[in-house]
Amino acid sequence: MAETQTKPRVAVHKFSSCDGCQLALLNLGEALLDLTERVELIHFAEAGLLGAEEQVDIAFIEGSVTTPGEAKRILNIRQQSKVLITIGACATSGGIQALRNQADGAAWMAEIYPSPQFIDTLATSTAIAEHVRVDFEIWGCPINGQQIIDVVKAALFGVAPLAQHDKLCLDCKRQGRVCVMVTQGEPCMGPVTNTGCGSLCPSVGRGCFACYGPAENANATGLVNRFQGLGLVKQEIAQRLLFINNNAEPFASVGQALKDSCDD
Amino acid sequence: MTESREVSIRVPVLARVEGEGALDLSISDGELTNVQLRIYEPPRLFEKFLQGRRFDEVPDMVARICGICPVAYQMSAVHAMESVFACQPGPWVREMRRLIYCGEWIESHALHIHLLAAPDFFGYRSVTEMAKDYPMEVRRGLKLQGLGNELIRILGARSVHPVGAAVGGFYHAPSKSAVAELLQKIKQALPEAEALVRWVATLDVPQHEQQFHCVALRHEHEYPINEGRLVSSSGLDIDVSEFQHHFKEQQVPHSTAFHCHLNGEPYLVGPLARVNLNRDKFPEVVKNLIDELPVKWPSFNTFHSALARAIEVFYALHEAVRILSAYQMPDQTRQSITPQAGVGYACTEAPRGILWHRYEMDQQGEVVNAIIVPPTSQNQARIEADLRQSLQDFGLHNDDDALRQHAEMVVRNYDPCISCSTHFLILNVDRC
Repeated sequence: MAETQTKPRVAVHKFSSCDGCQLALLNLGEALLDLTERVELIHFAEAGLLGAEEQVDIAFIEGSVTTPGEAKRILNIRQQSKVLITIGACATSGGIQALRNQADGAAWMAEIYPSPQFIDTLATSTAIAEHVRVDFEIWGCPINGQQIIDVVKAALFGVAPLAQHDKLCLDCKRQGRVCVMVTQGEPCMGPVTNTGCGSLCPSVGRGCFACYGPAENANATGLVNRFQGLGLVKQEIAQRLLFINNNAEPFASVGQALKDSCDD
Repeated sequence: MTESREVSIRVPVLARVEGEGALDLSISDGELTNVQLRIYEPPRLFEKFLQGRRFDEVPDMVARICGICPVAYQMSAVHAMESVFACQPGPWVREMRRLIYCGEWIESHALHIHLLAAPDFFGYRSVTEMAKDYPMEVRRGLKLQGLGNELIRILGARSVHPVGAAVGGFYHAPSKSAVAELLQKIKQALPEAEALVRWVATLDVPQHEQQFHCVALRHEHEYPINEGRLVSSSGLDIDVSEFQHHFKEQQVPHSTAFHCHLNGEPYLVGPLARVNLNRDKFPEVVKNLIDELPVKWPSFNTFHSALARAIEVFYALHEAVRILSAYQMPDQTRQSITPQAGVGYACTEAPRGILWHRYEMDQQGEVVNAIIVPPTSQNQARIEADLRQSLQDFGLHNDDDALRQHAEMVVRNYDPCISCSTHFLILNVDRC
């Protein structure tokens, strides 16, 4: 009895997303069973647990807000949750589907739907933090299971989790990897991107495409100049900034300015 | 039915499906008057924002449609675009694409059998409850799922949204030592995969046959994954480019995803359809195991879908052993691409069934137009037809809870991955 009361109550909620970050949990294997011993899973629909209305200690949020219903639902979840943590690019920055924000959203909807007046969807895809207070963000598209385990462990010890905002380049250096940009001229987003994935793209010989979001003090303008030096045209560079985390700063403003300048 | 009553059962959140869906049932005077699987996964407009993107960005974009089957999206996309660019990546790439796809089948099927479907058969709410009573079976499932993920990782660096696949081939080749190590692990797991098949065959499932069309790819020399003609149990045999002449997507007011019909009728895609149409292409070791099972093939009992998944896990592990055993380092891992304008089609066998892509590309290699037809939207009409019959067979006199549980079990059989329904039409005319 006493033991169950001390276990943190945890919920996993889904908003607009591909489910890949929840899968990071379901892919934990043995560690998942171990995790369920240490916390009490209250709501995790994909794993069969339904308790969306209950009070919890930690709520993990996957996905972005793209419908009026989701905008309301996140307010309730915030009220029920002591700590609210976003998992993945969609929840943390609006995700790839935030590309609609920079287009003429209404025109897109009208082009796709014969009767857009009946569509229960917003013209934008927005990060959870644009709607409610977020206590901690886990970046990544997708996140990996270790990130979740680290956060839960920190919670079990009663300490704040450690945010990872180093640049990917540092990971390549730590791993002793040869730089794909310097040696092969591959346009790599590593200099402006968070660590956390383990430098996967450079490990297979390609440039990073920033799926872990902007690092601390990311110098996106400097990287734009470097990419121009590699021979990329403005349009190609804008596409790289306006990709998985297109709605996160500084990617959004630098990318959009670049895009506007090639439309002129 | 002697009893006369009116009930309306709503299941607002369907647990243990990937993505979001809900189910509405209405029964009046012992007859089912309304069966609606409602999809309320919000539209994410992928086909729209693919426009104007260069070919080399497309594999990373389409992966994000579905976190459960990103490899399928990448494979359909690269094959379709290569057909536009007249690119033929050669035998090494062909085998590696089969290998990474085997990984996804194993991962997705093992996940579905153990975490999503099995708790139904034993009456548990979730796998964590079930693990307390069936620790060995659950651990075996998690281990096989993990091996599937490792197969994806050896080429893709990670299992969700892998980064290895490119138009023209792969960004890198696994080392021979990494291959040898994984081969060893997979060989050791083969007896466990066999035990999985035998275990799933013993599960007590309802014995009701239905009539439906099965649709799958079919290849002359192999069990279909990346290539083949589109065939059906009712005699269809077409090139994948002819898909739109025979299959029509249709809007339904109660769902945000389209329903797809074959010549006006619902049809089944996925593991059961594949096994029904292609089991003659399995290697002897798989055929022999199937012959020992107490199930007759082809099977038109959709509750045999879980068994079909287990059989495909067993097959995919054997196929991985075959490919890894013959592994050689390639001279080059990918062809360089010279873009040209045109239209290309591809269809591959995602874990949940055929995934059809069509791309129109311009001279610069940018997408002009994309159409994606995922398996879940194709199965939707079939799921509703199944529910109508399964619930009658189950007995409408059962109480609401039992009916709801049975209905959910029927739906979960199809492993509906609702986040992969890429184009939507919310048209709730009743509301206004």
